[in-house]
Amino acid sequence: MSAVSSHLPVLQVILPLLGAVLTAFMRRGQLAWSVTLIVSWMLPVMAANMLLQVLTSDPILSYRLGGWAPPYGIEYRVDKLGAFVIFIVSLMGAVTLPFARKSVAHEVAEHNQAWYYTMYLLCQAGLLGIAVTGDAFNAFVFLEVSSLATYVLISMGPHRRALLAAYQYLIMGTIGATLYVIGIGGLYLVTGSLNFADISMRLGDASDDQMRAILMSMAFIVTGVSLKLALFPLHVWLPNAYAYAPSFATAFLAGTATKVAICLLLRILFSVFGAAIAFKTLPVQHLFLVLSVAAMFVASFAAVFEQNLKRMLAYSSVAQIGYITLGIALANQAGMTGSLAHIFNHAVMKTALFLALGAIAYRVGVMRLRDLSGIGRKMPLTMAAFVVAGLGLMGVPGTAGFISKWYLAVGAIDAGMTPLVFLIVASSLIAVVYIGRVIEVAYFREPSVACSDAKDPPLSMLLPLLLLAAATIYLGFDTRLTAGIASDVAEALLGGLKQ
Amino acid sequence: MELLHVFAQHYNFFITIFLMVSGLYVVIARGNMVKKLIGLGLFQTSVYLIYLTPAKIIGGTPPIVDKAYTVYSNPLPHVLILTAIVVGVATLALGLALTVRIHEAYGTVEEDEIFAKEGEI
Repeated sequence: MSAVSSHLPVLQVILPLLGAVLTAFMRRGQLAWSVTLIVSWMLPVMAANMLLQVLTSDPILSYRLGGWAPPYGIEYRVDKLGAFVIFIVSLMGAVTLPFARKSVAHEVAEHNQAWYYTMYLLCQAGLLGIAVTGDAFNAFVFLEVSSLATYVLISMGPHRRALLAAYQYLIMGTIGATLYVIGIGGLYLVTGSLNFADISMRLGDASDDQMRAILMSMAFIVTGVSLKLALFPLHVWLPNAYAYAPSFATAFLAGTATKVAICLLLRILFSVFGAAIAFKTLPVQHLFLVLSVAAMFVASFAAVFEQNLKRMLAYSSVAQIGYITLGIALANQAGMTGSLAHIFNHAVMKTALFLALGAIAYRVGVMRLRDLSGIGRKMPLTMAAFVVAGLGLMGVPGTAGFISKWYLAVGAIDAGMTPLVFLIVASSLIAVVYIGRVIEVAYFREPSVACSDAKDPPLSMLLPLLLLAAATIYLGFDTRLTAGIASDVAEALLGGLKQ
Repeated sequence: MELLHVFAQHYNFFITIFLMVSGLYVVIARGNMVKKLIGLGLFQTSVYLIYLTPAKIIGGTPPIVDKAYTVYSNPLPHVLILTAIVVGVATLALGLALTVRIHEAYGTVEEDEIFAKEGEI
């Protein structure tokens, strides 16, 4: 066991890559799914192992790729933040994958199904790689591995609009990644290093006339990563990409892709630049504050007026990302805890919601709200799970969403910005409107023609959905896994600010 | 005269920034999907120059230790850019493949014609 455990950081990336190669040689979707399932179920076990190690014994697991010592070689560095995000991403993959078998067989053309799993595994490898790597350029490569796989996943959607959505995302995503590379280039010119920890150390001795280059690099990197994490107003690629991708891809990406970009942003703002440079020399904090609040309101309003349910939830995702960046902008213990806990909670809730829509797509095949009247009576378990996760999204006490919003509100008060509390509550009320609209149509109207012979999906699709819905409630009471760890991570990230 | 001096000293960077901005402009201003990808390629390629310019020293050799040479060029940016070129090629290939599929599905690669067929997406 110890022979394996010292290699855990790199196995997180190698296993899905290996799985991707294997599935690329397969022609049958079912077989590829089995391989993917084995890989996906191994990942969270390893991730939990690392998370436990990081939280209890040594706070940083450093792995030398190829035996080359950092900063010369590439270092894989699992800190508390990385382990937390890796755990979330691999867990979401493992929970949703049983759903994929029937859903993908239904939505994706038969000759593409094996490729679809290949792309999923590549995407998983890239996402985990971003969270695990301690090397700035390596992070770029993983960013592109996951992005390219994501474009393909989206383009396999059933409607031809999926192609357009994938193309638009490709243009935006590549611009974002290229901006990130420009920023890393600037940092490399100033410090001569690509290792995050090493860059951060060398930035400490940077002279004043290098400050302009450092700030330029930071501006490029933050803008590039913000494009990836869909910070308002750089979110325009997201609604279409989520709306037209196959159900399983949407469910997986909604819970993981933007979260990993947030992990990268946190690492760059707090670990590399240190809050001192990031928040004191440039108005990053105020910028994020304004954009987060704008996201919370503009995107929520867009969700209220959206007819397509998948697009509605996609807009809601943009709003929820607003909550996460709000906590980052507050940059105090409670705010950061709320924001990190929301990474977990939002992943659970939004994945559940998109899985419910996936089940509806499987049984009914339409996504327009007005065609789905009375669906609550025809698919009772699916819609019950939708409602529970929806309540979480509103932030009703007793659900996961309440926990993160509570911490955010406390963080806002601690930062002396009490009006923010009202804004958080007000934007949650908009969530009540758009989720409530679905509940009204689903339960209080006569069943429409489209869903007259709909019923709950098969067990393999229903189980992940119910599991995540139950988790939404469970995480509203037992917060050790979310807020408990998040508070630890926040303390580690904010350590630089107190000095 | 002062300005000319600055320009001559940073000649590469001025060219790079010109390429970068024109690439980005093409991506934003053109409606043709193939032209957009050309602009994207230009934008990405200009970034390679940012890395390579400071890495090349006139008269510098590869860093092989020998008494005859004392000035070395930094090989690391070159290696990084090799990786970035591969990524760029993959992106361009995928973009073009998507464009082919879009052409099959819509019969055109002009964005405004597609939006006219599809309504706003």
